[in-house]
Amino acid sequence: MADVTMRIWRGDDKGGQLVDYRIEGNEGEVVLDVIHRLQATQAPDLACRWNCKAGKCGSCSAEINGMPRLMCMTRMDQLPAGPVTVTPMRTFPIIKDLVTDVSFNFEMAKRVPAFNPPPAPEGGYRMAQVDVERGQEFRKCIECFLCQNVCHVIRDHEDNKAHYAGPRFFIRYAELEMHPLDTNDRRELVRERMGLGLCNITKCCTEVCPEHIKITDNAIIPLKERAVDAHYDPVAWLGRKITGRKKRSADEAAALRP
Amino acid sequence: MAVDNASITEVVLGGTRGGPDVKTLREDKWWKLPLVTVLGLSAFVVYATWAAVWGDSNFFYLPHNIISPFYSPCLAHACKAAGDTGSPVFDWWRLSPALIILVFPLGFRMTCYYYRKAYYRSFWRAPVACAVQDARPGYTGETRAPLIIQNIHRYFFYAGLVFNVLLTIDAVQGFIWPTLHHQLVHGQYVTQSGGFGMSVGSLVLCVNATLLWIYSLSCHACRHLCGGQIRSFSKHPIRHKLWKFVTPLNARHMTFAWCSLFFVAFTDLYVRLVASGTITDFKIF
Ligand code: SF4
Ligand code: SF4
Ligand code: FES
Ligand code: FES
Repeated sequence: MADVTMRIWRGDDKGGQLVDYRIEGNEGEVVLDVIHRLQATQAPDLACRWNCKAGKCGSCSAEINGMPRLMCMTRMDQLPAGPVTVTPMRTFPIIKDLVTDVSFNFEMAKRVPAFNPPPAPEGGYRMAQVDVERGQEFRKCIECFLCQNVCHVIRDHEDNKAHYAGPRFFIRYAELEMHPLDTNDRRELVRERMGLGLCNITKCCTEVCPEHIKITDNAIIPLKERAVDAHYDPVAWLGRKITGRKKRSADEAAALRP
Repeated sequence: MAVDNASITEVVLGGTRGGPDVKTLREDKWWKLPLVTVLGLSAFVVYATWAAVWGDSNFFYLPHNIISPFYSPCLAHACKAAGDTGSPVFDWWRLSPALIILVFPLGFRMTCYYYRKAYYRSFWRAPVACAVQDARPGYTGETRAPLIIQNIHRYFFYAGLVFNVLLTIDAVQGFIWPTLHHQLVHGQYVTQSGGFGMSVGSLVLCVNATLLWIYSLSCHACRHLCGGQIRSFSKHPIRHKLWKFVTPLNARHMTFAWCSLFFVAFTDLYVRLVASGTITDFKIF
């Protein structure tokens, strides 16, 4: 393959700009290969995060020609001709060049009240295959945080970060709420404190997920429907009154961190 | 893993972001899809408004017993004039009969998860496409009025089911033709021996009802109510079966949303053209 132009954002929290590099490209390469060649030849101080080069560690998230993608899973020959723009994830604070500080996500992870099974019966827990299968899709997540990055709720509105779990953690909440052995009830928690209502189901998280998890259809909308059960539906409310069944408040749900 | 509450810290806001300060770096044709959506939805809204408000004649063709879905169930005074039954309760209503009932299908579509996505993206531009900046600085999503009302969707789903039943009855009635003796129907004298008949119009009504059923069955609220809301599928085998049945339909909800929308308008147009004598409703037998 002929030479390619890489247009890469260079800078840190004091500022930066796009810098063009002309560099050799070879057949079958992914964006990360070319970045590595740049580091080896013209830009030894170019910072980028990566680990597996196999789309499994979730480290090499960036924006390629403006779209959030994994650098190691984006083939050069599938990009349109012309310069290839590579910029850091927009939603998180910059550290250097293509590396961002994703600790927002770890803060949100800590807020998820963990799996809370009942005391183990004699012979241990048992789960049917259909129930095991249901959550498998969500377990494919590699925590690349591309979905968190693309989500306009925090990408374009910084103030929402204070009270928004984001799509990656909505799938975690959904998985727990669909677990037959879990005893907590996080519906009020996600609605009141985790910003479920901020998501307007515009599906960008689903569009960018490299694991093709149907985040909106299979996690967020089911959670929204659960929030309707727990909070908005008058018939469900009446049902709770008659049967005496309770729902957990956000505080009660949050307190159950084993 | 145990998480100690003390380790939860406030999220630090306002860090410096990397990358150029532009609305988007995308150079592909990201505006195409929202544009097509705007055109498609606008075309439907314009047509439906015209048909519902000013189109209150020619919505029913008596000889083949076919009625426009926009006008069914036909309740107002104008229905009797057109040869349909009408309803004594709404006999005082002198505006278009469509206006009494249209709020239900309209509410169903307006609160539909797919249409929400479609109009939030294309009309409200929040966001117009992925990784393209929102058009407005403030954003509260569906957390407060008026958008919090979207949570009512399942009730419109229930109402939608009622309408599906009514439109199915209409479709069946499209095969049962009345006996007419030299009766004036939109400027023409018609004589026919009634009974079972089939025309292109009866089939159009059937396809319309079918598409609306599939659209309703593929609804996200439907999927939730069928079985999505339960924690353990193995303990509820019947609801699990129902859920398994609607899930593949749900995956194509967008397709069904557009097909049924287009076909409802087409059905109305077809009935209109037939009733006004512009085209003949071809009789199959
Ligand atoms: S669907 Fe919701 S969570 Fe996903 S990107 Fe859109 S607003 Fe964010
Ligand atoms: S859900 Fe998908 S996009 Fe989001 S962090 Fe997991 S793998 Fe990445
Ligand atoms: S380097 Fe591991 S996902 Fe790209
Ligand atoms: S009709 Fe679209 S989600 Fe219910």
